[in-house]
Amino acid sequence: MATLKSNIPSGPLATKWENHKFSSKLINPANKRKYKIVVVGAGLAGASASATLAELGYEVHNFVFHDSPRRAHSIAAQGGINAAKNYQNDGDSVHRLFYDTIKGGDFRAREANVHRLAEVSVNIIDQCAAQGVPFAREYGGLLDNRSFGGAQVSRTFYARGQTGQQLLLGAYSALNKMIAAGGVKSYTHSEMLDLVVVDGQAKGIIVRNLQTGEITRHNADAVVLATGGYGNVFNLSTYARGANVTAPWRAYKRGACFGNPCYTQIHPTCIPVSGDYQSKLTLMSESLRNDGRIWVPKRKEDCGKEPSSIPEDARDYYLERMYPGFGNLAPRDIASRAAKYVCDEGRGVGPTGLGVYLDFSASIKRLGEDKVRERYGNLFDIYHEITNENAYQTPMRIFPAVHYTMGGLWVDYNLMSNVPGLFVLGEANFSDHGANRLGASALMQGLADGYFVLPATIATYLAGVKPDQRPKAESAAFNEAEQSVRGGVQKMMSLKGKRTPGHFHKELGKIMWEYCGMARNQAGLEKAIQLLGSLREEYAKNLHVMGESNDWNQSLEQAGRVGDFIELGELMCRDALMREESCGGHFREEYQYTTADQEVRDNIVNPGDVKRRDDKFAFVAAWEYTGTGKTPTLNQEPLVYEEVKMSTRSYK
Amino acid sequence: MKVKLKVWRQKNRTSAGEFKTYESPELNPNMSFLEMLDVLNEQLAVRGEEPVAFDHDCREGICGTCSLVIDGKPHGPHRGVATCQTYMRSFKDGDEVVIEPFRAAAFPLVKDLVVDRQAFDRIQQAGGYISVRTGSAPDANSIPVPKEDSDLAMDAAQCIGCGACVAACKNASAMLFVAAKVGHLGLLPQGQPERYKRVKAMVEQMDTEGFGACTVTGSCEAVCPKSISLDFIARLNRDYAVALLKGDPKKAASGGA
Ligand SMILES: Cc1cc2nc3c(=O)[nH]c(=O)nc-3n(C[C@H](O)[C@H](O)[C@H](O)COP(=O)(O)OP(=O)(O)OC[C@H]3O[C@@H](n4cnc5c(N)ncnc54)[C@H](O)[C@@H]3O)c2cc1C
Ligand code: FES
Repeated sequence: MATLKSNIPSGPLATKWENHKFSSKLINPANKRKYKIVVVGAGLAGASASATLAELGYEVHNFVFHDSPRRAHSIAAQGGINAAKNYQNDGDSVHRLFYDTIKGGDFRAREANVHRLAEVSVNIIDQCAAQGVPFAREYGGLLDNRSFGGAQVSRTFYARGQTGQQLLLGAYSALNKMIAAGGVKSYTHSEMLDLVVVDGQAKGIIVRNLQTGEITRHNADAVVLATGGYGNVFNLSTYARGANVTAPWRAYKRGACFGNPCYTQIHPTCIPVSGDYQSKLTLMSESLRNDGRIWVPKRKEDCGKEPSSIPEDARDYYLERMYPGFGNLAPRDIASRAAKYVCDEGRGVGPTGLGVYLDFSASIKRLGEDKVRERYGNLFDIYHEITNENAYQTPMRIFPAVHYTMGGLWVDYNLMSNVPGLFVLGEANFSDHGANRLGASALMQGLADGYFVLPATIATYLAGVKPDQRPKAESAAFNEAEQSVRGGVQKMMSLKGKRTPGHFHKELGKIMWEYCGMARNQAGLEKAIQLLGSLREEYAKNLHVMGESNDWNQSLEQAGRVGDFIELGELMCRDALMREESCGGHFREEYQYTTADQEVRDNIVNPGDVKRRDDKFAFVAAWEYTGTGKTPTLNQEPLVYEEVKMSTRSYK
Repeated sequence: MKVKLKVWRQKNRTSAGEFKTYESPELNPNMSFLEMLDVLNEQLAVRGEEPVAFDHDCREGICGTCSLVIDGKPHGPHRGVATCQTYMRSFKDGDEVVIEPFRAAAFPLVKDLVVDRQAFDRIQQAGGYISVRTGSAPDANSIPVPKEDSDLAMDAAQCIGCGACVAACKNASAMLFVAAKVGHLGLLPQGQPERYKRVKAMVEQMDTEGFGACTVTGSCEAVCPKSISLDFIARLNRDYAVALLKGDPKKAASGGA
């Protein structure tokens, strides 16, 4: 069994972080440059961490598989970033952001981590504004805000519909500054394929250069993974095509525990699937729910009609009806399931019947088309390009799609995994969002981890490591890891089977969406585990990779990533099967509120809402690898709440 | 629908390249251009031929990874969109479609349709930032920015760094790219202290990388997927002229008590 020590500081919640920083060890400036830190990833989390660690004086080596650090998937985030600034004077505070996030996560996140996140959120906005991030402003020149789901205050900062792009360009500029100053060495087209563990501690990585196929070793005093989420296990998702789980998965196989793998976020507002050729799904930002109203026809018979011909009283604005307190701004998991329910009832719209309307006509009437264009113009343009429809004139059609993964490598309060020396940041870790993430909180977490948390916590580990004592890249552990990577590449090249990596990915995606998607049950999950086992075996025999391994080879890249996804899929299903409760994005059909429940009669929840079982499942599941095809070991970290009472989540 | 594809194939930088012609399989007009290439590649792989290498990632017009010159135009037929946002309904059944890489001396070819655009990163490293250390920033609302300035800065900041401006320019100049970055930071109060140093360093790096001179033909603006305006080039030229007049800043004496 792995040892899981959460290392949550003692003392009152509101002062834990301050006290922890004060009591953490420091490293003197002259010694810092003797420590070499490998950072994998340059999304918001990796770029901000690399820049800040280099500013502090550490020797930083940054790796990305992209051709430039600026292309990380963070670039695609649209809607915004939360911060408890209370610039709107609408009653926001650090405590409220903390509480909204804990509640939004359905009481499955760590209190102390979430409180820290809310505390540093305010510093993030200051930092980004100083870097020149062109946030939206009011006429007086001060920063503007919008509202996002799961909150009743306006605390989301944004840069048109391109907030992620602007924040990433800010972090990338900080990284560039430190590359120019010699503090960071940047490696592009460099895919990490293994973690090197020496005497139980993370001391380096093995990397393949995607342009040349060259395989190299990189030793370090500590390794930081900021490699993003794993939603592409579903094949179709809102992620960039290249996003993958390989780095965390290889670390898992070297002993790092995987936390809550089944917690997946399905985003309610995406453009519906149109055909089998489709390679990705496109998000329509949650910010649209500020001004758009979601509805389907009340009667099945109206579904095929022109939406404009359906009168008001024949429309069901189902979110406003079911969750009057939050209406169209209900959290994502709730809004997605509600869309699924109305479509299951046969009231979905569009050619496939898997769609609901997001309607702006009321806002256009109230604000004018120009105002709506100013707020969301680029999203309306994207919608038009993809569907050839004009959403100023006819409602958008939307449907839920895979969007984010709350699960990830297990980390303690210091963001260190159970393998000492291995730190995990951003979407790649499991830490702050519990079973459901609120909108605009991923950007906040990525930058909190990278700018403010890791730079303060990494010293505690490094202080226990002698400078200049890191294992040499020629040592046995590096030999073994490099051989294992070479062996893996050779195997994929030599199979010469019949099915392409793309084929396997599609099949995997279909299994995952059907059995481990928006609704899960025991029989389905058991079946999926069986199907995925067979798929894994077939992949090991029948994979077909074209080209050569010492060259740019996209088929080989994809093959490696898909192989890891197949194994991860199996773990996700096991986790979902083990968790015999529903919480946040994890909906087990066996555990839902019905009219027989007091909470439904008291009008706290609706029938069909998720039902937690705190007596049995108030823990983090941290899975430990025991061999491919073998049942992994379940470790549990109990969730102890000191400040908040775990209650039934109500958005009514 | 079906189209005939003439695709540039080149194994690597040192070998010679050539156009190869492929018949597309049956296509759906709602497919994106890159999905069409996915389908072609699956078909090639099944036939035992090597798939066509092309760059892509987000497939929603924001990461700047996709490229391609389609029928002579970087990012294809439409204004203001990237290749990944181009749909097959923009072509007719039976069309011949010619696909080439972005060609420029400063963008060396990697394979088939993929080129190396790291020169852009090096230009940014030369000065495309505001020097602010983490943790040292004042409260964000202590620096008000007039909305017009901030909106204009955002117009420039939208650049996705794809390099289409270079591919479209007969001189392979990177002026629009550099002007977008210089314009974004130079319009904001936070960017003033390093404004002239920045423009000088970035322009010098652009020259070092082997990008050509700008003769303001405007072809860059026409293909830019974010429709970044030529006005930013005028702005850059003004800032650059001032920077030259100012000369290099004197080195401050170091040390002290
Ligand atoms: C369409 C979309 C819109 C979104 N909008 C919002 C929003 O409005 N607000 C919000 O808060 N969140 C939003 N999110 C979520 C948010 O964007 C992400 O969770 C966040 O940006 C992840 O950042 P990251 O730094 O953890 O990882 P990423 O940005 O995914 O970066 C991963 C990095 O790791 C590198 N990498 C990965 N694997 C390897 C490897 N094996 N070897 C080397 N390098 C590797 C990559 O090259 C990349 O640099 C959105 C997500 C999507 C999909
Ligand atoms: S693939 Fe990202 S911009 Fe086209």
